[in-house]
Amino acid sequence: MLTEEALKNLELKAEAIRETIIEMLVAAGSGHTAGPMGMADIFAAFYFNILNHDPKNPSWDERDRLILSNGHIVPVRYATMAHAGYFPVEECLTLRKFGSRLQGHPERLRLPGLETTSGPLGSGLGQAAGIAYGARMDGKKFHIYCAMSDGEHDAGNIWEAAMFIGANKLANLTGIIDRNNIQINGMTEEVMPLENLRAKYEAFGWHVLECDGNNIAAFIDMVNEAKAIVEKPTVIIAHTIPGKGIKEIEYDYHWHGMPPNKEQATKWLAELRTLKGKIQSEHE
Amino acid sequence: MLNSDLKLKENIFEKPDMAATRDGFGQALLELGESNPNVVVLCADLAESTRTLAFKEKYPDRYIELGVAEQNLATVASGLANYGKIPFITSYATFSPGRNNEQIRTTISLNNAGVKIAGAHAGLSVGPDGATHQALEDMALMRVQPNMTVLYPCDSEEARKATLAAATHAGPVYIRLSREKSPVMTTAETPFTVGKAAIVWESEHKPEVVLFATGPLLYQAILAAKELEFKIPTTVINISSIKPLDREVILTAVKDAGAVVTVEEHQVAGGMGSAIAELLAAESPAPIEFVGVHDRFGQSGTAGELYKEYGLDSSHIMEAITKAKSRKAV
Repeated sequence: MLTEEALKNLELKAEAIRETIIEMLVAAGSGHTAGPMGMADIFAAFYFNILNHDPKNPSWDERDRLILSNGHIVPVRYATMAHAGYFPVEECLTLRKFGSRLQGHPERLRLPGLETTSGPLGSGLGQAAGIAYGARMDGKKFHIYCAMSDGEHDAGNIWEAAMFIGANKLANLTGIIDRNNIQINGMTEEVMPLENLRAKYEAFGWHVLECDGNNIAAFIDMVNEAKAIVEKPTVIIAHTIPGKGIKEIEYDYHWHGMPPNKEQATKWLAELRTLKGKIQSEHE
Repeated sequence: MLNSDLKLKENIFEKPDMAATRDGFGQALLELGESNPNVVVLCADLAESTRTLAFKEKYPDRYIELGVAEQNLATVASGLANYGKIPFITSYATFSPGRNNEQIRTTISLNNAGVKIAGAHAGLSVGPDGATHQALEDMALMRVQPNMTVLYPCDSEEARKATLAAATHAGPVYIRLSREKSPVMTTAETPFTVGKAAIVWESEHKPEVVLFATGPLLYQAILAAKELEFKIPTTVINISSIKPLDREVILTAVKDAGAVVTVEEHQVAGGMGSAIAELLAAESPAPIEFVGVHDRFGQSGTAGELYKEYGLDSSHIMEAITKAKSRKAV
């Protein structure tokens, strides 16, 4: 159980991550806004609570692996890693610039701590499966998490991997779906309906949990429950609000692949700061 | 005459031993199963025909079944390599690296993940299955990806050695394999090194044309060279390593001969001949005749019928030699 103080601390981390995301996107002049903002709470929960990791030794063999399948939301990972001590927060402002380790889509060989290279959608779950399979062969105890978008569930590779993971009962792997209901062309249920997502995963042999992905305490509870399920893999359908934290962009799919301009960024940062501590939480 | 330094088989012109390169691959997997506990074999519902079945039976814990899911074949292997295993992925070349090309690009080549990709049933010689199963563009797909090594063994013994070499090679490797039995030319003593080309045949007189051949068609190239031995002296070089190319051996041979024939069971566009042409255009231009498939799909038939139809047998190679010679500046 999280103490109130610990939870408050995580929420403040999520807020700092959101601020950094806005700063890095406006400096980059391109990139994705809605997904990273919506996933800031989950990434804060991972790096500051869930993951067994060492920012000073990113290739530590026994670390938990967090695979990011939908690479386009990588600003949230960069920002979180920076706040967790993997590299200086100022380096975030090099996002998408020539010579930067912070490529527009994450490249494993360029920045220690990124577990895979991703961007082209649908390929993360299979890679997570390979790591989980190898780790289980060797009796390793670390856990593998794979963060995916809902939109990338249009891709066949995801379902090939879901079938493989279910068949092999890879319980050392937990999937997380950012269920924010948007993709580039519009709402997921209009572009290519995904529902019934729960039933689909259950049919593939998974245990399925759902939670409010912007509620850090609820999400951590779900991850703990997932780790307690040892007979099959678990997927957490995390319902998030795209663009979470900035009222004018929340729920709006147009912000999937657009960065803020300078004026918007200034306004948003002010909005975030005046909301200090009010980013959705159960305990308030 | 055959290069005696290579310790080639002595019976190759009389009654050569016949074996498929996929058999050498399967044999090497068994050897690796014994010698290297990190080697794992991934299969996409083709255990018998890709020759992974014996490994599956002997090392069931290190055999991973993917079903008919080649995209996942590539991504799971990337994860296994990322974790520290040495995965060999096997399917028909039309499916892997055909169908899963993007997954190989992003998760294997760009990651420099040490996945070994075996593309079986490559080329026209698959025969009756027809165009859908006759991969003629797989080397092109693999050769253009940075970090990727591309090997095309000439016979089953070289396939065995290439497979063993791939396991100790740090990055990703593509190994092209054939279904059909073909003459075994090399022996256990014949050297094989990734990135090295071997002079297999040299005429007694100064060569007027050099042949670069890859895969089992090397045998047809040798037959053509032997047939023309006293009319047009040639050198025949085995290019089993398409990437990296052995620049030194190739450039020296072209300097000596002054005209080139390339021989491969693959589209001329993007294949081994293209790789040679790129090198020569930059370093040492010379007339080149390309024996290969010229922008057509395959079709059903026996390997022999198809080699004839597509101009890949020794008589077509002889024509190409004559033409290459005639194009030399006088």
